[in-house]
Amino acid sequence: MVYARLIIMRLLKAVIVLFLIVIFNFLLIQLAPGDPAAILAGQAGAADQEFLNQLRERFGLDQPMYVQLWRYVSGIAMLDFGYSYRLGVPVFDLIMDRLPATLLLTGTAFVLSLVLGIVAGSMAAARVKKPSGSLIMALALVFYATPLFWVALMSVVVFSVYLGWLPAYGLYTVGAGHTGFALALDIAKHLVLPATTLALFFMAIYTRMTRTSMLDAAQQDYVKTARAKGLKPSIIQRRHVLRNALLPIITLAGLQAGQMVGGAILTETVFAWPGIGRLMFEALEQRDYNLLLGIFFFSAALVIVFNIITDLVYSLADPRIKKGAA
Amino acid sequence: MKTPLALAISAAALTFTSVSMADDPTPGGVVNTIIQPEPPGLVLGMIQNAPTRTVSGNIYEGLLRYTTDLEPMPQLAASWDVSDDGRTYTFHLRDDVTWHDGEAFTADDVVFSADVFHRELNPSARAVLQHVESIEATDDHTVVFTLTQPFGPFMLSFEAGTFTMVPEHLYAGTDFRDNEHNDHPIGTGPFEFSNWERGTVIELVKNDDYYEDGLPYLDGVNWHIIPDGASRAVAFENGTIDVLPSGTVENFDIPRLAEMDNVCMTEEGHEYFSPFAMLWMNNREGPTADKRFRQAVMYAMDREFAKDVLWNGLGNVPLSAFGSNARFQNDDLEPYDHNPERARELLEEMGYDGEEITILPLPYGETWTRWAEAVQQNLREVGINVETQATDVGGWNQRLGDWDYDLAFTYLYQYGDPALGISRTYLSDNIAKGSPWNNVEGYENERVDELFNEAATAFPDEEREALYHEVQEILHEDVPVGWLMELGFPTLYRCDVKNLVTSGVGVNDGFKDAWLDR
Repeated sequence: MVYARLIIMRLLKAVIVLFLIVIFNFLLIQLAPGDPAAILAGQAGAADQEFLNQLRERFGLDQPMYVQLWRYVSGIAMLDFGYSYRLGVPVFDLIMDRLPATLLLTGTAFVLSLVLGIVAGSMAAARVKKPSGSLIMALALVFYATPLFWVALMSVVVFSVYLGWLPAYGLYTVGAGHTGFALALDIAKHLVLPATTLALFFMAIYTRMTRTSMLDAAQQDYVKTARAKGLKPSIIQRRHVLRNALLPIITLAGLQAGQMVGGAILTETVFAWPGIGRLMFEALEQRDYNLLLGIFFFSAALVIVFNIITDLVYSLADPRIKKGAA
Repeated sequence: MKTPLALAISAAALTFTSVSMADDPTPGGVVNTIIQPEPPGLVLGMIQNAPTRTVSGNIYEGLLRYTTDLEPMPQLAASWDVSDDGRTYTFHLRDDVTWHDGEAFTADDVVFSADVFHRELNPSARAVLQHVESIEATDDHTVVFTLTQPFGPFMLSFEAGTFTMVPEHLYAGTDFRDNEHNDHPIGTGPFEFSNWERGTVIELVKNDDYYEDGLPYLDGVNWHIIPDGASRAVAFENGTIDVLPSGTVENFDIPRLAEMDNVCMTEEGHEYFSPFAMLWMNNREGPTADKRFRQAVMYAMDREFAKDVLWNGLGNVPLSAFGSNARFQNDDLEPYDHNPERARELLEEMGYDGEEITILPLPYGETWTRWAEAVQQNLREVGINVETQATDVGGWNQRLGDWDYDLAFTYLYQYGDPALGISRTYLSDNIAKGSPWNNVEGYENERVDELFNEAATAFPDEEREALYHEVQEILHEDVPVGWLMELGFPTLYRCDVKNLVTSGVGVNDGFKDAWLDR
């Protein structure tokens, strides 16, 4: 019951927030210089006024801004995201088309970074004054500080160009005609480099955070008590230290999860991964407002959903929080 | 001056020609190439941007093709006659052509494409069609174009990308932009559309019923979509990609890729477009409104340096407003050599007070940014106070469309004839806010207008030549825009891809004759 009420309240708030976000995004986008008709015309290399007028009328850009805003918002209310100016395809279809590839990439990176980060962080916490612990932290610092695009390019140079182990780009091997298991294997191979690249940064953060948080928790009285009653160190680490150290990690994981739709622009670009991040970047460059707003909407919705999920997970990890929220 | 790379290319081109003559083409195989950026759609004629032309030039065809010297070759039209007064053009079509869906291609398709489809959708065709009084199909395979008056470049207007033949039976009476066949383009070309995995690949397959015997040799062409320049270079390096069309990798990667084993390079296949890089100079206000200032900019720029360093020695520094591939070039003009001394004199003479001006690079990648830096340095050397401002494509469009700039980079296609690709930059009735592709600099000169307008419709060519020579003298003196370079856009390919470029738009219809020697 407490959960149900919590969720309903949060969902109601979420709808209001989303509505405000839609309006804010719409207004924000008007500030960008240039309009889509001029950009499309520019690509044609030749454009007369008639051509520009045709496009503007077609996109509804000849209407006053409040009319455009009203049309857009009322469309969204019916879950109609409109058409992409540039591609002439419904925005919803475009997003759904790209979503699986992005979720595969960001989801893999999410799980990878979370699991490896927590494991590495726990190991570092357990070896706090040993060389192996320092080594883990040094590596984490390196990954934390290295720019993502550089890691991406270097991993291509090493693993694709020199060693030839992994494909350099794409979702699958074009023209190979793989199906079934062979296709899955092919995609998995293509996934290794981009997912690892994307995971490294967050893995570094999780590692550092887990270690700090665990060292902190290890100082607490209940850990002393646990030790005093003779529990095995491994059980103390797992049940008493790690569980209490998890809260900040959950917060961060919630943030990372919220970025799963639009957070991989660089990785998708370098590895030619056909995902939402690239779609968004192209839409931005082309001033493809409908498409851009559609992606913003999905990203915002996902952030809100993951915020709710994060709160629920908090209360699972630490039952004291539930009382506070209710 | 030719750099080692440019020399190597000439040498490679020579050996390549002599080898390919000796071999017999073998059919089969699929070529992997790149398309950058991903095109918005593939219906040529409805969409005319460069990537659409490059892919769809293999799906659709025009009445004619053009040699690398821009002489017309038969395509859908087997032959043609021009009346003595230069007003009537009769095209005799091939009678064995079918669309990819099996319907016959007839004169009605030509009339529909030109008179209905392009008139409604296509700005560059519209510019030509304003000279056309009527288009008639006199029988199933004959089309007659009657012009209001002679129009010199008319024979150059029938290339696939400009005057695409679209199927009447699928488009007549529909809303063209919403037509269900736009997702699956139907043309007459050597390759058929097969599949488009958005963000990944566009696949074309051989048209088995193609009307030219034995063609095409290839079973298909895969256009890979890779958004990052460095990744495209890697894909070529590791052998996944066979052909890198021009402009798909940054210029500084080209020498490294060109030196690899089994890699050839050609500059051919752009003669029809002959992209001309220019520096817009605002003729309306600020120091750039003074002719002497604009001349000083021309003298201050070291264009040969830019060509050798930024463009690997490829391309051509133009004499004046007419490029080397445009017809009627006036060779008697005094070139604007790199002469900082002369530039300083001119600035002194006009009393330039050091007012700051801005320069907008073209937001098309690293080469253009570096070029702007080079020009900025040249201008500072002669005392011009200039700052670079970065924009993205949308911002650049808006700044130029609003005339809110001092100096700005651009490049324009020349389309083989001054009346198609050059006059548009200088005609005063082509001044209009809101577009970065007209007379953006705001140059107005009645004599220039007269000469260009007369020359477009003068007949025969000798008369046009005299008029164009005079207009070049005036432009050369007035410097309405800076003439930077005719760009050399090299295509890199594995040497075992044979016969890749066979026309003046070779990059766009090249796979028709290509074959693999593997």
